[in-house]
Amino acid sequence: MTRYILSRLGYMIFTFLLIASLTFFLMQTLPGSPFNDERLSEAQEKILNQRYGLDEPVAMQYFKYLGNVLVGELGVSFQFDGRSVTTIIGERIGVSAILGAQAMGLGLVLGGLLGIIAAVRHNTFMDYTAMIIAVLGLSIPNFVFAGLLQYWVGVRLQWLPVAFWQGFEYSILPTISLAAFVMATIARYMRSEMLDVLGQDYITTAHAKGVDRWKVIRKHGIRNAMIPIITIVGPLTVSLMTGTLVVEQIFSVPGLGEQFVNSILTNDYPVIMGVTLFFSLLFIAVIFVVDILYGIVDPRIRLSGGGRN
Amino acid sequence: MDKILSVKNLSVSFDTYAGVVQAVRNVSFDLDKGETLAIVGESGSGKSVMSKSLMGLIPQPPGKIDGEYIQYKNENILSFSKGKLRKLRGSEISIVFQDPMTSLNPTMTVKNQIIEGILTHNRISKKKAVARAIELLGLVGIHEPEKRINQYPHQFSGGMQQRVVIAMALACDPEILIADEPTTALDVTVQAQVIDLFKKIQKERGTSIVFITHDLGVVANIADRVAVMYAGKIVEIGKVEEIFYNPSHPYTKGLLKAMPNLRDSNSRLMSIPGSPPNLMHPPAGDAFALRNKAPLKIDFLYHPPMFKVTDTHEAATWLLHEKVGQEVENEIEDILLTEEEEKESVDQKVLGNKLLEVTDLKQHFNAGQNNEVRAVDGVSFEIYEGETFGLVGESGCGKSTTGRNLVNLYEATGGEIYFKGERLAKKNKVELHKQIQMIFQDPYSSLNPRWTVADIIAEGMDIHGLYKSEKERRKKVEDLLETVGLNPEHATRYPHEFSGGQRQRIGIARALAVEPEFIVADEPISALDVSIQAQVINLLNKLQKEQGLTYLFIAHDLSMVKHISDRVGVMYQGRMVEIAPSDELYENPLHPYTQSLLGAIPVPDPNSEKTRKKFKDVTWEKTGVEGEMREVFPDHFVSCTEEELEMYRKKGAFELVDS
Repeated sequence: MTRYILSRLGYMIFTFLLIASLTFFLMQTLPGSPFNDERLSEAQEKILNQRYGLDEPVAMQYFKYLGNVLVGELGVSFQFDGRSVTTIIGERIGVSAILGAQAMGLGLVLGGLLGIIAAVRHNTFMDYTAMIIAVLGLSIPNFVFAGLLQYWVGVRLQWLPVAFWQGFEYSILPTISLAAFVMATIARYMRSEMLDVLGQDYITTAHAKGVDRWKVIRKHGIRNAMIPIITIVGPLTVSLMTGTLVVEQIFSVPGLGEQFVNSILTNDYPVIMGVTLFFSLLFIAVIFVVDILYGIVDPRIRLSGGGRN
Repeated sequence: MDKILSVKNLSVSFDTYAGVVQAVRNVSFDLDKGETLAIVGESGSGKSVMSKSLMGLIPQPPGKIDGEYIQYKNENILSFSKGKLRKLRGSEISIVFQDPMTSLNPTMTVKNQIIEGILTHNRISKKKAVARAIELLGLVGIHEPEKRINQYPHQFSGGMQQRVVIAMALACDPEILIADEPTTALDVTVQAQVIDLFKKIQKERGTSIVFITHDLGVVANIADRVAVMYAGKIVEIGKVEEIFYNPSHPYTKGLLKAMPNLRDSNSRLMSIPGSPPNLMHPPAGDAFALRNKAPLKIDFLYHPPMFKVTDTHEAATWLLHEKVGQEVENEIEDILLTEEEEKESVDQKVLGNKLLEVTDLKQHFNAGQNNEVRAVDGVSFEIYEGETFGLVGESGCGKSTTGRNLVNLYEATGGEIYFKGERLAKKNKVELHKQIQMIFQDPYSSLNPRWTVADIIAEGMDIHGLYKSEKERRKKVEDLLETVGLNPEHATRYPHEFSGGQRQRIGIARALAVEPEFIVADEPISALDVSIQAQVINLLNKLQKEQGLTYLFIAHDLSMVKHISDRVGVMYQGRMVEIAPSDELYENPLHPYTQSLLGAIPVPDPNSEKTRKKFKDVTWEKTGVEGEMREVFPDHFVSCTEEELEMYRKKGAFELVDS
């Protein structure tokens, strides 16, 4: 197991460096420069380029950048004078993390419940209703859903604030718009996994022991159905990250996603690269955690190294 | 004897999209206290559904249970509420399913699975429940129960898993234990141990057992009484001796004759033609009439009631009606026998030249993380033209891998295979597959469901260009279908329209299409029912006689292997341990592993099963195989050391003197 984890860590670092290099060179191909403003004279532009190291050869810039990345130094923002990218990420990540965690939690719980109900009440009205909800959640883009929520819940009913980030009630609408996709995906997977598990012999065996029906579902059904679900949590986390780009913009939430979009609009290379790297790092970490988690939940995988062949 | 359970007119049906399937039709029987009632039948005969309905385990809907009563302790289970049924399950009636792998929850420790039942029905502390669980594991023969109780199911072997399942079923000391094919998924030697465990439990606790199986050998071994089910009905019920020595229903008679007997010579098996009826539209009269070789007219019109043969023996056949005289019975017996004799012209086979030679074959697989699985580890044997060479052994012994190597599906790690004196590895693959063909175990997954039967059969001919025109192709396919006993009209149909036995015939036709000389049959009958098995075996024998084919017949069913093979090789852990002519091997097995295998086979004969001593207690649990193949007697090879060779020869000589 230790060897497995170590080798996985090695791959993680390799992947990360690859992504870092790719972002750098992609950034080089972007047209324009942060300082090609008509109001700046050529001399001023030269000074600025010099100050931020943009006059050096590309290869030089690349190796400096890689070296910096490895020690966690992501450079200084072009847009906000003198503020380092790590500071910006640090300031913004809290809000995004809260939003993401709330959406993930809500999506998992609701989606899981919907899926379980649909499976247990297979081919009944409840099953169909749950699946219609799931299909809607998958097919409505989050920006449309966010807009609808803003209009109905925020403007027409005036139950909740439409934008900004000044307390828990401000987070409700963005959380719901982000969670819809997670919930729908989980619900669909949970339903099919549950149906599969409920048809297994050990479920019949548990019934034959005289165990109460809901207890059978809880103790034997859900855990086994969850094992495959864990694998899709990784990709879902990524979809949440990209989801925040749009949703934070719509709700004017001062998170990392909003910053990212603004940085692209202003050609703020260091921030774009920094945030991209940060997202990739998160993604790689999530996949790693999911793999380890998989082994913990499923004893067959945990012991496959030294167990019976 | 006291009745513990009494079933009257029980019916179970399922409402499916295609229509209502009447899985169990008007079944009545009694279960006495402390007895073992075996329920025998083929797949789809309703035996499993019937037993599950006894404890209300049929999901409703789509299932529907009808009947007068299931009387248990002066109460009618059919009228129980859901809550009352739940109290009954596990505490009064328990069940053990076929496959222990799937009947244990893979993510729960054995401990939690056993105490779950105990805690459901008893108000005791968890600590006491665990103590009880440990005691149960000890009872079912698991060593170091205190340690193993905290393990997960996958850490147990198949036989041990089934013991855990049995411990689980016994957790609340039930009055009735239903065992639904509990040994079918296990190897013979393990099966023997599990059967002994059931006997022990019954002896010590007086539990009544309903034992469901399709294996008549197991029935003879364990049952006090037997109920034979066919098409959802019990057609015959009686004491085990009555069923085996005086069967009354034509179906029971057929079943008994379809089983190969270890002591029989290579005679033709009596097969039951056709396949069981569709229970969506059960026939009006005796459901078996359509497959009966000598049916009465009334069999097609009215369903026969149960006729009494003796006080304990009943059968549902019009043959027992008083108006059917002895003459008619004799006449029918004649029809059955003459037909058999006609076909029973067993030619003594003359062995031809050496067709195939395998020397020191090795096939190792890389299982990752520097683990190497030595599936085949130094196997040598020869196969002669026109013979059937049987390859037996338990699961994982490498017999299938060996077979696949002969068809060149794997690249051998070591050793050589010579086909007609040429190295197999050097031969052109296309050319090779025209001469060597394979028949697979599972007739369901080995036929492409999207292809017509004609295309499946003709694929080999397409590749090798064995026909000149489309017309010739069709003609060849139709001929092949007739050869294997199917209709030419079947050519345009798809595999799902056929039964298991018919599909296996299609698989055989496919193998025959390129006119091979040598066929590797990898467990060709183990997915089939007894009566269907006999059909396929007889077909294989017939084809061999007509076309001079050579077979490698791989199987775990030793009695079938003996029946069809001229010579048999026994494999154990990737090695060959014994090779001998089949009669010699079964009469005078020398290697202890062969002896333990033979001792474990249940014989479909209750008397000999009860008195049988020979090899019964031979157990052999060596992990490695030492020594090399040496010829002990002419044509009889055993893997042994120099000293063992001497010992075998002396012992053999003594036995010759004895007899």
